[in-house]
Amino acid sequence: MNIVVCIKQTFDTEAKIVLDSNGKIESNGVNLVINPYDEFAVEEALKIKEKFGGEVTLISMGGARAQESLRTALAMGCDKAVLINDPALENPDEWACAEILAKAVSQIPYDIILAGRIAVDDGSSQVAVRLAEVLNIPSVSCALKLEVEENKATVTREIDGGTELIEVSLPVVITAQKGLNVPRYPTMPGIMKAKKKELKVITLADIGISATDLPIKMCVQKISLPNPRKGGKKIPGEAAEAARELARLLREEAKVL
Amino acid sequence: MNFDLNEDHIMMRKMVRDFAEEECAPGAEERDEHEEFPLDLWKKCGELGLTGVTFPEEYSGVGADYISYAITIEELSRVDASLGVTISAHSSLCANPIFKFGTEEQKQKYLVPLATGEKMGAFGLTESMAGSDASGTRTTAVRDGNDYVINGSKIFITNGYYADIYVITAQMDKSKGNRGITAFILEKGTPGFTFGKKEKKMGIRSSATYELVFENVRIPAENLLGEEGQGFKVAMVTLDYGRIGIASQALGIAQGAYEQALKYSKERSQFGKTLAEFQVTQFKLADMALQIEAARLLVYQACYLASEHRPVSKYSAMAKVFAAETANKVTTQAVQILGGYGYTRDYPVERMMRDAKITEIYEGTSEIQRIVIANSILKD
Repeated sequence: MNIVVCIKQTFDTEAKIVLDSNGKIESNGVNLVINPYDEFAVEEALKIKEKFGGEVTLISMGGARAQESLRTALAMGCDKAVLINDPALENPDEWACAEILAKAVSQIPYDIILAGRIAVDDGSSQVAVRLAEVLNIPSVSCALKLEVEENKATVTREIDGGTELIEVSLPVVITAQKGLNVPRYPTMPGIMKAKKKELKVITLADIGISATDLPIKMCVQKISLPNPRKGGKKIPGEAAEAARELARLLREEAKVL
Repeated sequence: MNFDLNEDHIMMRKMVRDFAEEECAPGAEERDEHEEFPLDLWKKCGELGLTGVTFPEEYSGVGADYISYAITIEELSRVDASLGVTISAHSSLCANPIFKFGTEEQKQKYLVPLATGEKMGAFGLTESMAGSDASGTRTTAVRDGNDYVINGSKIFITNGYYADIYVITAQMDKSKGNRGITAFILEKGTPGFTFGKKEKKMGIRSSATYELVFENVRIPAENLLGEEGQGFKVAMVTLDYGRIGIASQALGIAQGAYEQALKYSKERSQFGKTLAEFQVTQFKLADMALQIEAARLLVYQACYLASEHRPVSKYSAMAKVFAAETANKVTTQAVQILGGYGYTRDYPVERMMRDAKITEIYEGTSEIQRIVIANSILKD
């Protein structure tokens, strides 16, 4: 069973977001991690490999630092990794990402493609599903439980207010939801072996794409930080009087009544 | 000269820190309170490869360098110094002398399961009359046919009772003093080998500290470690490297206490300002940070020399005494910054201050470390 796992390097969820003088998100000095949902995908891939054998190949798009995340996933037990690092990829939209990943994935044998259901940075939840569309294979998102047999997968996925049980034929794209598993720690021997594993850094040209093939369909106009939270307000006095004052403030100041 | 950790070290630190924070920190207070030895965490350490960091892959070790080992002990001790010393005593004091002095058969039989964590190790040197002065060893070994017969006892043995494999020393010829001391590998369950008193300690309370009792214990001749009369050398070399583990433990305790104090000083307000806004607190935090950085450089330098197979004794002694004294100063200041809360068991700095003291005592007191350093300086 050959598995491809799409991972994205994201900010540590505890990182402080700061904008630089050009209004872009400052990434210098920020701790970068594997997108936590992609870690579930890595863990699930390793579990499937333990059961069926085969190879787990990681694929990621990003700058040179993304290699750290790929090495970590290799240390967890994945077999090899591909990083698409190209200066033309500064701000790809979800459509472009899916087109590029599809080209790269097409060069790798796969039965299952796994990814996180969402990246914690931009939160678009689109790329993996778009990838399935480009590859013309089915996709199941938000998997909470996954059972794989030779030619099919049975997936329990989260839907509004419940779960849905889906049987799907391979190859398939499946996205991981929190609860699917508990990702393992890389081990000490795993870390030592990771640096000997294949990590290929490729450009768009290597997969036969030129930047002009990818007219960006979505353009980010402006990034802004949410307004800082203001402190609460204490209303002193007797309960009845304070309640009257509270109602007045909710109506006149906060305008929520 | 390069002060950066390499990619492996960074990944190892993150892995051990995640494991320590997620799995070891939550029960540390409880284990300390009830003197509860963390067998489950021991098992997990084995699965992650933390029980055989510096040993070659051919003996099922990780094959990593001493900085990787220091990072491991440091990160565990940052949240739980008891777990730190459990791994350190196992690796440095039992697996390492077998690696350095053992025969190929002994390495295959004992080092392999120690490195994987399948078996736990301990080291029996100290006796009631032989602490800093090993020549006072009263445990005896007598050759009898194909066995050595051991009689006597050892005290304050870290990992005692729980360990499966013990490296012990015994006197074979009192007239020869240190040159009569011989080292052996002893398995738990050997007839006549029992455990005496369990120590109730001030700190590192969830680590196990036991008395070992030997009554006509027969050790087969193939379990002689090194040669007859080489036991003092085995012990001294073992301790030269062991100090790196304790120095790393002390460093981890200091780092943990410092982080607690730093966090608290930003949150706690008095007289309308956070503690961190008072210069008196800033000076305390600055002193803590600079002592920790200096200790870390000494520890990593000793690790570098050990990894390069260069003489380590003076540097591991310097690292150990400095890191141990740093741990004591920093934890005391951390309790001071947390004030009344710091003195209670509601915050971990109280435990850290109790844990720090032992690092100035075991595996060579700070006084003995200064003797090692002075001897080395005066010899040059």
